[in-house]
Amino acid sequence: MKSSSFEYHAPKTLDDAVALLARHAEEEARVLAGGQTMVPAMAMRLARPGHLIDINAIPGLDQISLTDHAMRIGACVRHAALGATAAPGPFGRLLGLLQHHIAHLPIRTRGTFCGSLANADAASEWCLLMVALDGRIEARSTAGTRMIDAEDFLLGYMTTALAPEEMIVAAHLPTLPPGTRVGFHEFARRAGDFAQSMAIATYAVAQGRITAPRIAIGGVVSRARRCPEAEALLHGATPDPALFQEAARQAATHAPLVEEDPYLRSLTETSVLRALTGAA
Amino acid sequence: MTQHHSITLHLNGTAHAVSVEPRHTLVDVIREGCGATGTHTGCEHGVCGSCTVLLDGEPIRACLMFAIQADGRQIRTVEGLAHGTILHRLQQAFIDHHALQCGYCTPGFLMLAAGLLEADPNISDDALQDGLSANLCRCTGYVNILRAVRAVAAELRA
Amino acid sequence: MNALPPAKGQVIGHSVTRLEDGPLVRGQGRFAADVNFPRQIFMRVVRAQIAHGHLIAINTEAARALPGVIAVWTHADVASIPPIPFRATRLQGLEPYCQPILAAGRVRYAGEPVAVVFAENPYLAEDAADLVLAEIEELPVLLDARLPPAEFAPGTSTEPAIVRKQFGDVDAAFATAFDVVALDLSVGRHSGVPLECRGAIARYDAAHDVLELHGTAKKQHWNRDEIARLLGLRPHGVHLFEGHVGGGFGVRGELYPEDLLVCLAALRLGRPVKWIEDRREHMVATNHSREQHHSLRAAIDAQGRLLAIDAVFHHDQGAYVRTHGARVADLTAAMLPGPYRLHAYRVAGHFRLTNKTPAATYRAPGRFESTFVRERLMDAIAARIGVDPIELRRRNLLASADMPHARQLDALGTDVVLDSGDYAGLLDKSLARFGWDALQAELRARRAAGELVGAGIGFFVEKSGLGPSDGVRISVDRTGAVELVSGAASVGQGVETVLAQICAETLTVDYRAIRVVRGRTDRIEFGNGAHASRVTVMSGSATHLAALEIRAMALATAAPLLQAQPDELTLARGHVVRIAAPETDLMSLAEVAAHMGPGSPLMIGRTPGLTAERWFYSDHMTYPYGVHLAVVRIDRGTGEIRVERYLVANDIGRAVNPMLVEGQIAGGVAQGLGGALFEEFRYDEAGQPLSTTFADYLIPTLAEMPALDVLVAEDAPSPLNPLGVKGAGEGGINGVGAAIASAVDDALRKPGAITTLPILPRQVHAMLPR
Ligand SMILES: Cc1cc2nc3c(=O)[nH]c(=O)nc-3n(C[C@H](O)[C@H](O)[C@H](O)COP(=O)(O)OP(=O)(O)OC[C@H]3O[C@@H](n4cnc5c(N)ncnc54)[C@H](O)[C@@H]3O)c2cc1C
Ligand code: FES
Ligand code: FES
Repeated sequence: MKSSSFEYHAPKTLDDAVALLARHAEEEARVLAGGQTMVPAMAMRLARPGHLIDINAIPGLDQISLTDHAMRIGACVRHAALGATAAPGPFGRLLGLLQHHIAHLPIRTRGTFCGSLANADAASEWCLLMVALDGRIEARSTAGTRMIDAEDFLLGYMTTALAPEEMIVAAHLPTLPPGTRVGFHEFARRAGDFAQSMAIATYAVAQGRITAPRIAIGGVVSRARRCPEAEALLHGATPDPALFQEAARQAATHAPLVEEDPYLRSLTETSVLRALTGAA
Repeated sequence: MTQHHSITLHLNGTAHAVSVEPRHTLVDVIREGCGATGTHTGCEHGVCGSCTVLLDGEPIRACLMFAIQADGRQIRTVEGLAHGTILHRLQQAFIDHHALQCGYCTPGFLMLAAGLLEADPNISDDALQDGLSANLCRCTGYVNILRAVRAVAAELRA
Repeated sequence: MNALPPAKGQVIGHSVTRLEDGPLVRGQGRFAADVNFPRQIFMRVVRAQIAHGHLIAINTEAARALPGVIAVWTHADVASIPPIPFRATRLQGLEPYCQPILAAGRVRYAGEPVAVVFAENPYLAEDAADLVLAEIEELPVLLDARLPPAEFAPGTSTEPAIVRKQFGDVDAAFATAFDVVALDLSVGRHSGVPLECRGAIARYDAAHDVLELHGTAKKQHWNRDEIARLLGLRPHGVHLFEGHVGGGFGVRGELYPEDLLVCLAALRLGRPVKWIEDRREHMVATNHSREQHHSLRAAIDAQGRLLAIDAVFHHDQGAYVRTHGARVADLTAAMLPGPYRLHAYRVAGHFRLTNKTPAATYRAPGRFESTFVRERLMDAIAARIGVDPIELRRRNLLASADMPHARQLDALGTDVVLDSGDYAGLLDKSLARFGWDALQAELRARRAAGELVGAGIGFFVEKSGLGPSDGVRISVDRTGAVELVSGAASVGQGVETVLAQICAETLTVDYRAIRVVRGRTDRIEFGNGAHASRVTVMSGSATHLAALEIRAMALATAAPLLQAQPDELTLARGHVVRIAAPETDLMSLAEVAAHMGPGSPLMIGRTPGLTAERWFYSDHMTYPYGVHLAVVRIDRGTGEIRVERYLVANDIGRAVNPMLVEGQIAGGVAQGLGGALFEEFRYDEAGQPLSTTFADYLIPTLAEMPALDVLVAEDAPSPLNPLGVKGAGEGGINGVGAAIASAVDDALRKPGAITTLPILPRQVHAMLPR
């Protein structure tokens, strides 16, 4: 399990990084961020890039910037930096809930948020978060920078809208207003494994009624997805166990599963129900 | 295309000038280039944790990083835990609590535990158990590993 | 914990810390990959990507052309080397099914070695291996041992043997039975999967005309003899060395194709050759185990007492017969009756080949499987006649008065005679320790509150201390240093510490001062290695005998010098003392040894040295036994099974070091948990392996471990050896599948629901009441 040969580049600026990507696009140039997916794939020779462009030496990419309504996560921000203390309020709580389920500490100290998005695993917690909160991806190439909505970015199982000569510079997430309730549930066979099924639920309550409900599921679908039927059911309704049960059933019934499978449907229902019930 | 690069790894406080191919993993270079074979590999794909070392104080999987990326960085491995003949308290606790059988996972667990306890000497028991779930041991059933690390954590808290 | 108990060197039975640990916690271990020699080259194996097919051609040109590649071999280059043999048992006719060291004309499993590449470094070797192209014409695959046998080769079928055993009149018992209970059960394919992969480093030392093989484990002497035979060398010119071994569990240390390939290459290429298996190779190349399908019927009386068992099983051996021959099937057949009184028994074990990785032993071979099967049967009988499963077991357990109990069966060529045991007594102790009655009330309350919780039991009988013999040589030099050389091996269990403790007990020296040498064919002529929980029993007994002899020699030598009779003397604190005045040291063992040197006047005409070699012989195994109790909770939403609490009670006759025994048991439980709930080598319908990484083959982590309690009992010492010991290596894993299956049934409130291992959340979920 030794990687095949490649040429290594460690650019010091974003301009250099995208120039290198453009120059070597024909020879399978790939960005190296945390390496927690790339390196094992190379060790198994499932990936044999001709050029690796290590972005870790570019100053500033490890920055998280937080405004009142949004967080910008640079391309080298590690999973470990995105715990509950990264932001106040419900948004921080949600980050903490998710981060805890991503692999284990020694992987979280290296793996990056944006790397997870670029990798687009069906069971990526961060992809789920981006979909749940309508995040946006800041992508850059020699041609310039563009913003891509998470929904448009994630095309399917491990495929994204990123062009070969493009890299992710940052991810942008709207934060959640104070008082928003956030819940997350994940089922994996073992602690730290990729999820078989997971769900995020967030909502606020105004005058006893649910507002701004967001439900997203992952693991059971080829890419993270929202559950519009369940959200519609919740919107304006009074939160109670029967409602959550019905919403979870709706989410499961309409989920475009990777394959028709009663067990996966049932897991979907469980995850959504527990995310909703656990939302606090 | 096996271009070599000269890099310096600061391993347990000693600078090692080594010549590496970009594809050489950090664990391979620690072992073969620096001759520190205490760090092991059990999977080379990030799951088992046998290769755990501290990179600038943080636990990482040394099989999931290329050595060239660690040029100039501080790396600590199991060989750096003891002070001469005086064992690190984790090493002593592992012996006292029979936390190793074959000993293959031991260096990884020691470095993982060292990383956890150094980051948070007041670490909660839940966080400790969660943290120690990162690595695999095939011999001990973990019972005594947990006991040993708990004992050191209790000493640190006291 | 570190301090030695003072007087008289009483170290047996104490939880002293291990001799092994110092270098291991410092990172100074020497595992296979840590062994390096100047000018070494690296071997990489090219493996079949297809499960079954004719090997049409192998193109090695591109690989050979790569700079830094030294050689590429295919079968044609090694055709003179015979296939890898197996250790003889009573079963005949397995020879045609042995594995060639490189595939000859036909590949029979995905992962089979078809070529090897030798290169200057491991990265290059892998580059070159990638360039070797094997052209294979696919053949239909056989992946289920229950299907009718196919042709293995012209004239041979994929059923090399049927293991049959029988006693009593089975048909008569069924004819008169009150009732018959029948079951179909399966155990999944999983294995030892030690954390260290295999490794082999060979070098030929022309100066001494010795071929050395490093990275070995478990069975050095047998392997040495076979390597010598297969390569046409003299055994004295072949030395096997064992460094540290990162876990054995049955699979490590067997003779595999790679061991012979590195040896052959070291001879032919004139440079040291190093091969380190990687994890993905390990998952398809190193022995698998366990996969068996069982159909059995039991004849019972109105009280649920067993009258007869009629069992058939299909053992999925994988593609070839390996070094164990049909041992797992043999042990399954022999150990299935377990702790119960049984008047008639018939078993047919179909030993069958499939297109999967070859299988062999994994910790508690044949017992993890047969305990699962037998204990499922006991639960089913209890359900059938409506009695509590514990009571049902009580009715069937053999009594202390039945011991020794001859089973009228043989296992591994020895007659099964259960040597000692108080089965019912241990059952009572375990239930009391676990708080079984209170637990039942607690579980009822939790169920009433909506939880799916249950408790289960597995009773097991182990076997240990397989003979025929083992020798130990102890020497005391003129500095007083004690060296113990054993033909045993160590795979990380603490063999050195245990043997040192036994030796120290008699010599009254500090166990930490004893150097234990094991796993080296150049230091002792014979040895039987480390497997089947045999080391403490066999090598431990030999150590005891050799230490007694050293003591007698020391006293005999000292007596005239002290103007005393030997029987007035004894040892204390490593010194000869008078029994009458034991506080006064008269002469140290060092001084005695000095008097026994070759120049000493005392030794003229005699063989010098305070050295003794003693052998322990045994033609019967000893049988430890125990109880596993489990509490599980099932998650209604996901089908996930959490094992909340677990107890293992294990009677091992006498515990030389209780801390190490408990460690063995805890480790066994974790592995058993893997086999019961997580681990499985899966294949797709084309025979492609699906569990080739640690992300697919799920080894339990700390987070999956239950709260574990271990009860080490010493109620029934073995009458078969001087220490009374029985092996402790396998009781921890033996009953896990059985106990968890029983507990999951209980949680589901569906007796007999669980018929296969591993128990998967998906299946459990499908069984939940809607
Ligand atoms: C044992 C183990 C368990 C894991 N469990 C989980 C889990 O439960 N959940 C989970 O979500 N993940 C898990 N992971 C994956 C981990 O989170 C990775 O860190 C993550 O998927 C990829 O991030 P990275 O920074 O390591 O990316 P890399 O490995 O460096 O790159 C991954 C891919 O993304 C591309 N890429 C990376 N960054 C950029 C960028 N800025 N622009 C363009 N392309 C880029 C790379 O070219 C490559 O193709 C696990 C990994 C391991 C080893
Ligand atoms: S060897 Fe690095 S995690 Fe297994
Ligand atoms: S002690 Fe052997 S793997 Fe942990």
